[in-house]
Amino acid sequence: MNNIGALVQQPSSQPLTSKEIINHAQAMRWQIGDDFHDKLMEATYAEAARIADSVVTRPDEKPRYDLDQTIDRLVTSRIWGFPIMLALFALVFWITIVGANYPSQLLADVLIGWLYPLLHTMADAIHLPWWLSGLLIDGAYLATAWVVSVMLPPMAIFFPLFTLLEDFGYLPRVAFNLDNAFKKAGAHGKQSLSMMMGFGCNAAGIVATRIIDSPRERLIAMITNNFALCNGRWPTQILLATIFVGLLVPAYLAGVISALTVMSVALLGVLLTFVVSWSLSRTVLKGEVSTFSLELPPYRPPRVLQTLYTSLIDRTIYVLWRAVIFALPAGMVIWLIANIQIGGVSLAQHIINLLDPLGVLIGLNGVILLAFIVAIPANEIVIPTILMLTILVTGISDVGAGAGVMFEANSDATTLAVLTAGGWTLLTAINTMLFSLIHNPCSTTIYTMYRESGSRKWTTVATLLPVAMGFLVTFFVAQVWRLFAGGF
Amino acid sequence: MSDGTQTNEVQTDETPAGIVKKMKKDKVTMQPFPAVSAGCNTCAVHNAANLFKLGVDMTEWDYVVALSGNPNVGKSTVFNALTGLHQHTGNWPGKTVARAEGGFEYGGARYKIVDLPGTYSLLATSLDEEVARDFILFGQPDVTVVVVDASRLERNLNLVLQILEITDRVVVALNLMDEAKRHGLQVDERQLARKLGVPVAPTVARYNEGMDGLLQAISDVATGKTVCRPHRFQSEPSDLRHAVDQLEREIRTLYPDLPNARWVALRLLDGDERIIQALRRGELGDLSRTGVDETADNIGLRLEGAAA
Repeated sequence: MNNIGALVQQPSSQPLTSKEIINHAQAMRWQIGDDFHDKLMEATYAEAARIADSVVTRPDEKPRYDLDQTIDRLVTSRIWGFPIMLALFALVFWITIVGANYPSQLLADVLIGWLYPLLHTMADAIHLPWWLSGLLIDGAYLATAWVVSVMLPPMAIFFPLFTLLEDFGYLPRVAFNLDNAFKKAGAHGKQSLSMMMGFGCNAAGIVATRIIDSPRERLIAMITNNFALCNGRWPTQILLATIFVGLLVPAYLAGVISALTVMSVALLGVLLTFVVSWSLSRTVLKGEVSTFSLELPPYRPPRVLQTLYTSLIDRTIYVLWRAVIFALPAGMVIWLIANIQIGGVSLAQHIINLLDPLGVLIGLNGVILLAFIVAIPANEIVIPTILMLTILVTGISDVGAGAGVMFEANSDATTLAVLTAGGWTLLTAINTMLFSLIHNPCSTTIYTMYRESGSRKWTTVATLLPVAMGFLVTFFVAQVWRLFAGGF
Repeated sequence: MSDGTQTNEVQTDETPAGIVKKMKKDKVTMQPFPAVSAGCNTCAVHNAANLFKLGVDMTEWDYVVALSGNPNVGKSTVFNALTGLHQHTGNWPGKTVARAEGGFEYGGARYKIVDLPGTYSLLATSLDEEVARDFILFGQPDVTVVVVDASRLERNLNLVLQILEITDRVVVALNLMDEAKRHGLQVDERQLARKLGVPVAPTVARYNEGMDGLLQAISDVATGKTVCRPHRFQSEPSDLRHAVDQLEREIRTLYPDLPNARWVALRLLDGDERIIQALRRGELGDLSRTGVDETADNIGLRLEGAAA
């Protein structure tokens, strides 16, 4: 310490070069000791406390009952934290499933029951060639109408509810609860936040991994984001859970059981996130777990109207628009493969025949596999495609509107009838739900991953790993099922 | 109003050439004043060249405002309240840190506002902190708005004090005043402004309260109507004070106009690699306040260019 004086005494009236100043600073740095940084910080904290003290007056009364702390103690408690979390999400799903039914029906009545025949009448009136009206109305329009009527109501309910939880300040508590589990899996605690985002949209979830600084942990978060059941897959889960699982129980329990089924699938996704993160961090992506501080913001009364407005504009309309953009060409593709004939048999039939053995092996069928291929641009059209292709294959004539026409099953019972005619069993439904959870991400997500990671290798891993896992899981379930249930 | 004619002579010649003449005339009278805040009150002081490197193109804007603050203090809400729908998002140049920017007009001037990442400090220990600090240090925004949580003032003031060491053109947005009240706290914003030496605007951005005051404060600092006298305290241990003094003097011999020489001295002593590098490469030289005459010339040139 005493040597600093000697260093300081150097005359410095002449301008010094930057190099001299740096050298001088380095020389002094050796003298001043390691705790310089800490002392600077302490001084800043002390000064901040001094100013705050002189500016803020606290009432003399004793600290009041602190609501925030009480809520925190409850929702982040070791015992109650997880049950409360599960109950809240189950409630959100239940409200979404029950509440979306009626508006969905209404939209379908308008878009498909009323506007669709009207468009056909108009096309006939102006003598549009059959292939053009087929491509545009039966293909592009119908696919879009289906996506809108199926997706809009659940999204318009789910997103605002989710945003309300976010606005209230609950989501950071979820991150807090899950932090330990992620750490044990060798991943970053902030991955819980990107996973949450993935429940809305995986592409958004991948972008959200930017909050993770370490490249290793960020890659883990990106690769596993697909296991967060995204918005495009919720309708598939909800529909299948309603018409296959809900039917197993008395009607008054159907809604609850369906919601629980959907939640189990979502939870399986969370479990897979941990399993895959754990495996990656112990094999190809080894490294230290980085630490971070997670602030739990105070609870705030949610602004209901503003939340409704922004979640409707920012999320619902945005996601819907994306879905519509992908549904338009996909609808045309479906119509085309169903109507282009090779050797008297449609192209779709050829592909289905090819895929069928593999599909049956894993408890699905060729139709379902083809639907998942067609739906790579947008997961939300899986179910409509399956229905359309099933009608094509089985040749049912009294429902639907003809070859390659993606139709709206106007009630759950009709959907069930079509699927049963297509050879569906409870196993098919469950495996379709599983495969919908565990298969490749949609093309937007794949592209986003490539843009964010800049790596073809990791994008490929993230695309193919879930497909392989999906085949394994469904194969395993099918074998066990057949062992016990026999047959099929 | 006629009292003003003494300093603000009515110019009959309002053509661009006439304005240029006036500028040049002003330039002569202004020369004795070294500090820009005492000079051309309507010129922006920002450093357009450095801002461009940081991804901000100033051609369509008069002033640039940086928005900083701790996480979870309603910074984005303030940002939205200020910009409305005039915003877009992207990345910081060469960084994977998300960035939002937008703009607003106030008092006839166009303000570009850049949302910095929410940070607890500016020590550049994380990418977010580095991005925020580099923008304030090298971008030299005309105004840096620090959004603070009125109900957690003590914790939030750490960041304010650190920012005040780098720039004096600061406005504190004392946000979440409603929450402070809910917690039974009374915050004396005028006392806070006196202590910090910069304007303090109490706001409840969630409900759009106090935004007028904030806009006025931003505009006053940007145009030089308010000259900040920021609170600078001696953060270094007293036995090292003369070492810091000495280093500060040395830096001033190299860059006499550097606005934050003492802060640079502290960073050097703390072994901050980014600042050492900036000094070595001469980047700090760009930060010396542009002299008044030079600014006036630039304005003149711009106007001449517009007239041609």
